[in-house]
Amino acid sequence: MFRNVAELVELAISKNKKISEIMIEQEMDVTGRSREEVMAFMDRNLKVMEEAVERGIKGVKSHSGLTGGDAVLLQKYIEKGNFLSGKTVLDAVSKAVATNEVNAAMGTICATPTAGSAGVVPGTLFAVREKLNPTREEMVAFLFTAGAFGFVVANNASISGAAGGCQAEVGSASGMAAAAIVEMAGGSPEQCAEAMAITLKNMLGLVCDPVAGLVEVPCVKRNAMGAANAMVAADMALAGITSRIPCDEVIDAMYKIGLTMPTALKETAQGGLAATPTGRELEAKIFGIPRV
Amino acid sequence: MKYRSVFDIIGPVMIGPSSSHTAGAARIGRVARSLFGREPKWANISLYGSFAKTYKGHGTDVAIVGGLLDFDTDDVRIINAIDIANERGIKLRFIEEDAITDHPNTARVIIGDDKGELELVGISIGGGKIEVTELNGFELKLSGNHPAILVVHNDRFGAIANVSNVLAKYEINIGHMEVARKEAGKLALMTIEVDQNIEDKILHELEQLPNILKVTKIVD
Repeated sequence: MFRNVAELVELAISKNKKISEIMIEQEMDVTGRSREEVMAFMDRNLKVMEEAVERGIKGVKSHSGLTGGDAVLLQKYIEKGNFLSGKTVLDAVSKAVATNEVNAAMGTICATPTAGSAGVVPGTLFAVREKLNPTREEMVAFLFTAGAFGFVVANNASISGAAGGCQAEVGSASGMAAAAIVEMAGGSPEQCAEAMAITLKNMLGLVCDPVAGLVEVPCVKRNAMGAANAMVAADMALAGITSRIPCDEVIDAMYKIGLTMPTALKETAQGGLAATPTGRELEAKIFGIPRV
Repeated sequence: MKYRSVFDIIGPVMIGPSSSHTAGAARIGRVARSLFGREPKWANISLYGSFAKTYKGHGTDVAIVGGLLDFDTDDVRIINAIDIANERGIKLRFIEEDAITDHPNTARVIIGDDKGELELVGISIGGGKIEVTELNGFELKLSGNHPAILVVHNDRFGAIANVSNVLAKYEINIGHMEVARKEAGKLALMTIEVDQNIEDKILHELEQLPNILKVTKIVD
């Protein structure tokens, strides 16, 4: 069993296999399930992600009314063709937003690694699909690669906003997505790790400050930027850029930052954007009374 | 290692909006329900830390009640769980606690009916994964690394041997085991971590043994 990114990459290199393959083999080993069972289970998760994206880009609205409809706006904007950044990046952003809008509307999603950060991995996957035309099996492999890196973060740091802030959720999701994009685009296991490191470095310190305690503001837009961050970091890693700080040390830094982060900024809706005048006003409007 | 499976990371499939505050909360409720063995008539649910501060926004209250009604994390009925519980005449009480707990997402669930009650403390550690830290006053120390079952039993000779014999018959190896009791000859609890997955039919067989009151799988 690999315990950190260094061991994961080493395993992949020594066995001359992809990261996704190492994760599939470990899953079979740990659970005693067959390859077919493990692949079928992940395929089911992929299907849930696909349905959430499809539902979200048609437009949903949350019960509070705080979020919904932005994925549609972005898809329409892309169609016009006058965008500035790039089609794949914007498509990833739109599909990440779509997933989180569905989540906020209490729809069915697949946590990756959490519900609040569920948009980043599928958002990037379904955008990159348009560019790389992967097989269904390669799309399932994408999720195993993302899962392998998330597995390391969850065991060595945290994937909980209440324990580590948004860096632990959208930060982790973004790093996982970047690594998986690199593998799908033909990058090496080392490049996957570099992409994860570059991505997570740019998410360090991100607090969890949901307005009214709802997984809506700013969560949906943080997923948008998590997807964009992953896309750009993946391109950087594929270009041969490396992180001066090794991936495992970045993960460890994230963990330690999470420990020292004040409770008010860890999913308690007491600080950050939740405590702004508008944040408080929205909270009062939604729940009738402001929380102290 | 707290997380063993890739499906702890890519998963669960669930009703939004929060894996820790919705899916994890539903799982805490469902473990309590499963250990209680039937639908409770009342439930007192105490929420601590981030659970206490944000439960309304995350639907934590709805999700725990959904779990108590035996709904899984991806069951859309979770959304209306409180209404469903009210319709079924289940009395619900939510308490926002100020006490600081070891983990920010902690819930204490006390459920019961005219035949008995059960008290469970669960923590939601992220991504929908939970740990049970206390059951009916027994402190549990489960690593969460291996499949685990809880066996509530009468404190009598042979109970432990019978359970381990059944597991041996199915070639299931025990990696870690704890037995706790509050008073000699009264209620006791076995916490058993095993290396292989335990199928439901084995759980049923364990439950048929003398002096075994309830068997529940808490880690897959």
